[in-house]
Amino acid sequence: MNWDWSAVSDFMPDFWKGLLVTLQILVIGSLVSFVLGLVWALLMRLPTRWVTWPVGAVTEFVRNTPLLVQLFFLYYVLPEWGLTFSALATGVFAIGLHYSTYTMQVYRAGIEAVPVGQWEAATALNLPLRRTWTAVILPQAVRRVVPALGNYVIAMLKDTPMLMAISVLEMLGHARLFSQEHFQFTEPLTVIGVAFIVISYLASLLLRALERRLAH
Amino acid sequence: MPTDTLPNPEKNPARSTGELIRLEQVTKRFGDHTVLDHLDFSVDAGKHVTLIGPSGSGKTTILRLLMTLLKPDEGTITVDGEQLFPAPDKQVREVRKKIGMVFQQFNLFPNMTVLRNITEAPVTVLGMSKDAAEERARELLELVGLTDHLDKHPAQLSGGQQQRVAIARALAMRPQVLLLDEVTSALDPELVAGVLDVLRDIARSTDITMLCVTHEMNFARDISDQVLMFDSGRVIESGPPEKIFSEPEHDRTREFLSAVL
Repeated sequence: MNWDWSAVSDFMPDFWKGLLVTLQILVIGSLVSFVLGLVWALLMRLPTRWVTWPVGAVTEFVRNTPLLVQLFFLYYVLPEWGLTFSALATGVFAIGLHYSTYTMQVYRAGIEAVPVGQWEAATALNLPLRRTWTAVILPQAVRRVVPALGNYVIAMLKDTPMLMAISVLEMLGHARLFSQEHFQFTEPLTVIGVAFIVISYLASLLLRALERRLAH
Repeated sequence: MPTDTLPNPEKNPARSTGELIRLEQVTKRFGDHTVLDHLDFSVDAGKHVTLIGPSGSGKTTILRLLMTLLKPDEGTITVDGEQLFPAPDKQVREVRKKIGMVFQQFNLFPNMTVLRNITEAPVTVLGMSKDAAEERARELLELVGLTDHLDKHPAQLSGGQQQRVAIARALAMRPQVLLLDEVTSALDPELVAGVLDVLRDIARSTDITMLCVTHEMNFARDISDQVLMFDSGRVIESGPPEKIFSEPEHDRTREFLSAVL
């Protein structure tokens, strides 16, 4: 096995394209999973089974089936129903949806960890329910769950190559194409391996900074 | 002390006199355990009433029922002539505005500064302007002796300071009734006096009705117009503090007092 620096520099233009796509998937996918997960967690607290049962069933289903199956399903079945999106948009939504079923459990734990005395104080002050959520409960719950959400961001990063299956060219997709064209595997795969580590590390630094900012 | 910031009969002619709180035939059970058993109980406006008795006798349950943190299984609760239970939600929210509560564990909002803790409800519930609410918060913080701390978060304060903020927060809503649920039980001994002094001040200088569950018998003797001795969900003896503490009639009262005094 020989290491060839010229292969690295040949790969770089493709690498940057792939990196951009990977980051798009990660950032937008994370946001989708944060928002949807919170929506699920809040819906599951409604007192009516007409909401909690379907939400529970759907999220349980999504959590317990492979992301890859969901990617194929959304990519090939949605167009049959007349809903056509780009492969990237479909992939980002699929990964965001998949991870939202994990983040919803993180939020649930965070919400339940807010002491009951906080609810009682809000009642004693006559705060409306919506205000109790937005000003008292959620700020405390979210602060508690930032580290756990961060773990899912890292996990999601490592799942981004799955979007290759629906022809999204992220880092691994570009590395694979390059390898097949140039018969050089070591350099592109090493480069993207390093890139994954660097992105995880930067993401964890960012999340730690966020944690500190939210501390009170 | 800025007494004009507190409920005052001359400035508030609408304030009712006579009976303010009435519980009729109130029963509360937890599972098989009956905590309150067809309790009848009333408090006149402006009175300071202390509930004493062994733990589990239902004192705190009464405060929690009045704050609507619990619902009775039977009976009715009326505050200032309006029914609090049973009542539709909208009415509960209206009637509940007349009541404030201070908790054993303070229950300040840790994500907010001291100032925001106090202004949050006046702004969002009473519709006060932010400026007016902050001005009032400053006056109340002066009353409880904490003017230097308004930009701190609760975690930066001692337990006694937190509890004094909680008192200011409750008073900011101008309640007619203040419920005090063992407000010094969670405090280190050296911090108790500061909190009790603030409450003595408020009891002396305002016409606010106080309902107090406490194990601080000296404090109860100082501020109470009436002391109610609870045992097993019933009031077994009531009267002015001089009488209850000096010449209790009931054996259970004597036993209880000799155990705590």
